[in-house]
Amino acid sequence: MKVKIGSDLQRGIFEQMEASYPNEAGGFLLGQARDGVVNILDIIQVENTFAEEEQYHRYAMKPQDWMRLEDEAEERGLSLVGYYHSHPDSPAIPSEYDREHALPNFVYIITSVMMAKATDMQVWQLRADRSVFDRGTLSIS
Amino acid sequence: MATIRIPTPLRAYTEGESNIEVGGDTVGEALANLVGKHPELRMHLFQDDELRSFVNIFIGDEDIRFMQGLETEISADDNLRIIPSIAGGRQRK
Repeated sequence: MKVKIGSDLQRGIFEQMEASYPNEAGGFLLGQARDGVVNILDIIQVENTFAEEEQYHRYAMKPQDWMRLEDEAEERGLSLVGYYHSHPDSPAIPSEYDREHALPNFVYIITSVMMAKATDMQVWQLRADRSVFDRGTLSIS
Repeated sequence: MATIRIPTPLRAYTEGESNIEVGGDTVGEALANLVGKHPELRMHLFQDDELRSFVNIFIGDEDIRFMQGLETEISADDNLRIIPSIAGGRQRK
């Protein structure tokens, strides 16, 4: 899987993640998927609804946010192609918790934020049998 | 028949269709009919015979967990929607 994202959108994600540190933050990726290439064309920040005392290592969003943004994406001629979140003081590698709450055919961008500074961004996709995430190729333009 | 709206990532298992018409008198029956038509959906919606914890079913704006769950009765003109509760987090230290 190849994922393309503009440097402005990547910077927007990094700024959101650093501002939310030491808590996790996240949002949705809107774009288009064709021939194994996913183009990220917009990011939408979504509030972390996990209990505040757990937000340092957990991120969740309301199902109503999915509903609203899936509709909005389609009205704009786009698709809900993925989701992004941060791992504060931890590598940009999916956890078991990530795997249990994931779907295939969806882009997962994880940003590592070390000491309040975004240091790494990796892209992942859940394998169809739900067994493991596979790392994708991220292209910044 | 009721209609079930499929979330974007799972449309890969419904030949790209976003809305599927299904029979059934309850949410559970409708979902059983859905996975009967599209068996690859099952593992992503269910763990054993229970809905996965992050999979929500809405009828209009109502979450069936606040109704009668899979036993919630539905009518032919109901619009159901499968909505994942996306969540994530780093490994515990």
